[in-house]
Amino acid sequence: MTNPANDDAKEVQDSMVETPAGDTAAAKRGPSVATRERRQGSINPSGETPYLVVEDLAVKFPTADGMVSAVNGLSYSVPLGRTLAIVGESGSGKSVSSMAVMGLHDRKRTRITGSIRLGGDEIIGLSENDLMKIRGDAVSMVFQDPQSSLHPLYTIGNQLVEGYRVHHKVSKDVAKKRALEMLDLVGIPNPQRRFSQYPHEFSGGMRQRAMIAMSLINDPKLVIADEPTTALDVTVQAQILDLLNNLQKEFGSAIVLITHDLGVVAEMADDVLVMYAGRCVEYGTAEDVLANPRMPYTWGLLESIPTVSSANEKLRPIKGLPPSLLNLPDGCSFNPRCPYKDRVKGELCTTQLPDLLPVDGAGAHTSRCHLRDKASIYEAEVAPRLG
Amino acid sequence: MLYFVARRLVSALSVVLVTLIVTFALFFVAPTDPAGAICGDRNCTQERYNDIKENLHLDQPLVQQFAGYTAGIFAGRTFETAGVKQKCSVPCLGFSFKNDRPVTQMLKERLPVTVSLVAGYAVIVLTIGVFVGSMAAKRRGTLGDRALMSSTLILSSVPYYIVALMISLYLTILYQILPRGGYTPITQNPVAWFTGLLTPWLVLGLYSCTQYARYSRGSMVEALSEDYIRTARAKGLSDRVVTYKHGLRSGMIPVITIFGLDIAGSLSGAIFTERIFDLQGLGNLVLDSLSNYDLPVIMGTVLVSSVILVAMNFLVDIAYSLIDPRVRLS
Repeated sequence: MTNPANDDAKEVQDSMVETPAGDTAAAKRGPSVATRERRQGSINPSGETPYLVVEDLAVKFPTADGMVSAVNGLSYSVPLGRTLAIVGESGSGKSVSSMAVMGLHDRKRTRITGSIRLGGDEIIGLSENDLMKIRGDAVSMVFQDPQSSLHPLYTIGNQLVEGYRVHHKVSKDVAKKRALEMLDLVGIPNPQRRFSQYPHEFSGGMRQRAMIAMSLINDPKLVIADEPTTALDVTVQAQILDLLNNLQKEFGSAIVLITHDLGVVAEMADDVLVMYAGRCVEYGTAEDVLANPRMPYTWGLLESIPTVSSANEKLRPIKGLPPSLLNLPDGCSFNPRCPYKDRVKGELCTTQLPDLLPVDGAGAHTSRCHLRDKASIYEAEVAPRLG
Repeated sequence: MLYFVARRLVSALSVVLVTLIVTFALFFVAPTDPAGAICGDRNCTQERYNDIKENLHLDQPLVQQFAGYTAGIFAGRTFETAGVKQKCSVPCLGFSFKNDRPVTQMLKERLPVTVSLVAGYAVIVLTIGVFVGSMAAKRRGTLGDRALMSSTLILSSVPYYIVALMISLYLTILYQILPRGGYTPITQNPVAWFTGLLTPWLVLGLYSCTQYARYSRGSMVEALSEDYIRTARAKGLSDRVVTYKHGLRSGMIPVITIFGLDIAGSLSGAIFTERIFDLQGLGNLVLDSLSNYDLPVIMGTVLVSSVILVAMNFLVDIAYSLIDPRVRLS
């Protein structure tokens, strides 16, 4: 599958800078010299200038049983117009890390270190007031379950108008016009009537469209979509993904897509980051990661997808459970579940945490694994099983 | 919405009808002897007893008595005592021979006192109680939250009448910090009405506030953990708007439900309050009537209270449907 989003994104990026609104916005958030220098170190598989840069992010919070390291040493970057998919099981830290980008974590309880930069500006350490100005405006979020994420007691229109007026000092009528425009844009038929309806009067797919309309109403530079299709019907899922794809072309936003569905990844992502137990275990372009994965956990994820042709075969789940974040295993976090750890000499897997290294010695595709002959193992053993 | 209101109205009216029948049955079918009670123990000749029975229409069959009573509410009726015809005008709830007055007239005097008292109570618990609870929910787990919640627990473990008596004794009599209770009709002098009721309001209201703070805290904690609260924050709304607009609207629903149930409780609380602060309201009326066995007055009071109750619950239902659009569907 070819993904033309890249070239389109560049165009959109250019055209956005031309518009006066984009100009002032860019000036407002323009990177300082110091941050520009720091940004040199940031990595993006595409080589484009990223809008969102996350560097060495760690999120910890204390619980009754001790300090939980939900995210550890996470780094990634997303340019405008590009989609990064963060993949992993529940509890792998994918949602927590994106909550930190939104500043939506519990500020009193959570300890965040590292760096999160939006258009060059550091947001870790910003005050709640400054974060509020970014939230919903430059960065917005699409949540998993539109049923519970939309306020059941306010009309859809009311919620959209509210979202627009937080960041724009306009009258209710102007905001309503904008809201109707957005409802139309996300493919909700009869926006006038839908505007004054409540979420319970919408179907699941329509609700998620409304949610997307709400998150895009302020023309955000970055959209974080947290499993946007998980709660939806399979038939509706494809429509919502198409919608996100099309809207990205129109708005030129960077998208961080959090998912555990590799089908969604294949459809949407330009880059893929696989997370396990709070760490990035593989990172690269979608093509690299999906076609040439170099980490047993990624292999496991790919193998666990049931295919139609293998209807008579048993499912191949990754055996075992993700480790407790309170008590990570020594060495590679994945080692208790890894079927290939015997292939590594000595006790390396159980004693030493592998670094995130380029799979071919250089380049943007990185993985965290001690296996020496990852490529040949994949070609010889894993790929045939993927059918 | 209109359909919803109509349906609620019908069900409210049927509750009133049932109450009417039950109250009537309680007082007239139960082994009570209203005529005997009125006649008294001394000087009660059989002739006089029969006379009273006839004047009160107690010699008629029960169904006819009930029909007469009900018809009196809508059309008025006349009673006869000691040869004098007493007109009991609409809505006639019977005639108090002890006081030689129609019950309705007596209730008309007393009702505004109790309604003022309960209205003030409602305002206090629904503003201060809910606000304090929401604040605690927003700051849950902090020292302030814990202090507040444990102090409400301590306060609500002391019986209401003790708190009321103590406050009355210390704050209005020994140290005159608060004005003494007393009722002046609002139409006569609104300021006197307010100051006279201030202490009873504060006592009745603040005591129950502690419970309302607890309810509100609970439902707000739940509401604030909903996904749509996260969405509201993700939109860039301030903490205050998120809590008091998005959170409170959902958090209010259980509180309003409890409030509807609590109205009955507040009416009975009003009996203590009226007694302690010497307010001549329904509570005092019913106590007096009970002690001198004035059945028509007791019955009238019960009926009026139940109508108030049904009316309040009707209003609560309407408020409920205004807050939660999904209620209108079911």
